[in-house]
Amino acid sequence: MLRDITIGQYFPGNSLIHRLDPRFKIVMTLIYIVMLFTGSSVFCLALGAVYTIIAIALSKIPVKMFFKSLRPLLPFLVLTAVLNVLFLDGGDVLFKWKFIEITEDGVRTSVFMIIRIVLLITGSSLLTYTTSPITLTDAIERLLSPLKKIKVPVHELAMMMSIALRFIPTLIEETDKIMSAQKARGAEIDSGSFMTRAKNMISILVPLFISSFRRADELATAMECRCYRGGDGRTRLRQLRSAARDYIALTVTVVFLAGTIVLNILLKQFGI
Amino acid sequence: MTILETQDLTYTYSPGTPFEKTAVDCVNLKIEEGELVGVMGHTGSGKSTLIQHFNGLLKPTSGKVILDGEDIWADKKKIRDVRFKAGLVFQYPEYQIFEETVYKDIAFGPKNMGLDEDEIKRRVYETAHDIGLKEELLERSPFDLSGGQKRRVAIAGVMAMEPKLLILDEPTAGLDPAGRDKLLEHIKAYHRRTRNTILIVSHSMEDVAGFADKILVMNKAKLFCYDDTSAVFSRAEEIAGIGLDVPQITKVFVELKKRGLDFGRDVYTLEYAKKLLLKELGGERGAGRC
Ligand SMILES: Nc1ncnc2c1ncn2[C@@H]1O[C@H](COP(=O)(O)OP(=O)(O)OP(=O)(O)O)[C@@H](O)[C@H]1O
Ligand SMILES: [Mg+2]
Repeated sequence: MLRDITIGQYFPGNSLIHRLDPRFKIVMTLIYIVMLFTGSSVFCLALGAVYTIIAIALSKIPVKMFFKSLRPLLPFLVLTAVLNVLFLDGGDVLFKWKFIEITEDGVRTSVFMIIRIVLLITGSSLLTYTTSPITLTDAIERLLSPLKKIKVPVHELAMMMSIALRFIPTLIEETDKIMSAQKARGAEIDSGSFMTRAKNMISILVPLFISSFRRADELATAMECRCYRGGDGRTRLRQLRSAARDYIALTVTVVFLAGTIVLNILLKQFGI
Repeated sequence: MTILETQDLTYTYSPGTPFEKTAVDCVNLKIEEGELVGVMGHTGSGKSTLIQHFNGLLKPTSGKVILDGEDIWADKKKIRDVRFKAGLVFQYPEYQIFEETVYKDIAFGPKNMGLDEDEIKRRVYETAHDIGLKEELLERSPFDLSGGQKRRVAIAGVMAMEPKLLILDEPTAGLDPAGRDKLLEHIKAYHRRTRNTILIVSHSMEDVAGFADKILVMNKAKLFCYDDTSAVFSRAEEIAGIGLDVPQITKVFVELKKRGLDFGRDVYTLEYAKKLLLKELGGERGAGRC
């Protein structure tokens, strides 16, 4: 079912990771991404993996949730692996058949790429699993607020984003409902030939569009009725506050980044 | 003939997550052919979840659904035929309308059944008549109709498949009292013509009382009771105990009984109450006027 899509879904809890200040969590995720991209060998990624595993353990989120978030990317992973294996030359030839040549470098690179992508997805899922979307946009707004000085409409962008995030589950639910309703009328959606399925998509898309426009309209009216007039002078119900644990977590992350960089340099010097 | 039977039907939403929720818990039911059944229960008691099992939209976590003598999940490939046998109208069904004309939208289901044009035409016209849609509306765009008319179009769309079991989830939600009564009348008209079994989920005791032969009450994911309408309403206090209201007229008679005026407790429609009262008054005063 559509509901099983979990990327960007909040998994409520009260673990250490859940309680971290979302601003710090975003920054740490960015550092983490930088870390994964500076690492140019499998050993550097191992460091990233250690970091990820510790974070997952602390978050107390079932590991299978992360596998679920990886599943939609499986075709992409396979494609990456296959392309790298087939088309990258260099190192010893491991296997040769007609024009297909598999080299050591090809295999190494594809393993490397897969690990990197898996870590990337897992790490960013961890952010969205442990932070509710609304808190997340709040944090983004706060992080970007210096840009207001150069007339970037930070508040409006954040508001747009939180509305979009807020409506993703609603739209999924709505799609699910409409799909069920049309299935109840015998529409073939997950079975049948490609053409009938494509035709039946219309029976889902039309009601979905209509209801999205209706919702947008209603939301705009509701916001106006509550005198919404942009970000100027708006105060917040929930203030973001940082605590000692946030600084500790940030320090740990930076140490891991530094570790990766050092490891990188060392490995290069030894020519591995 | 039993049209629908469930055996230990259980359904759990999102198992294995913090959102895990058993919405239907070990329900055993037997519904006979041709009956009009009212389905009642507090908000969140699992009514909508339960009825989505009857046409195979939800697959039981455990237990069986037997429709017309066959386990509906015995052969996965036949699940589409199950949907034609058990027609389900969702809550606020007007949001599923998508065709350019009313005719086409009502014909969507029958077309999916693979019926020929003549048969489709007959069904569209007959159901439109049953549900009270004038023929000139059939060529209009459904999006130009009023809310109540759209609702009827959507209901007709399922009725036109002439399912042996028609299930309606709160068909009267959001309609005004007159529209509500009329819609129920139209559904009854369909019942008179086809003699198909009908299940109606409703929050309004008054609606159900005047409509159903039998009542199914859900409470906290469990089947609370399934019995004749009068038998269910005679348990007024128990029903009130699970947060449901019996019809107002029944409440009046329960109070009357407390004050020593016992008519027997199974009064649940105004007509019947009127008859009883007139008889009672007639007996005391010796004249039938009031
Ligand atoms: N898609 C879903 N995912 C998770 N839980 C759900 C889902 N749909 C319903 N539930 C839960 O299952 C329970 C039963 O819901 P259901 O919709 O069957 O109730 P209902 O009796 O139809 O209520 P209402 O009278 O409000 O329509 C509720 O507690 C609800 O929160
Ligand atoms: Mg419901």
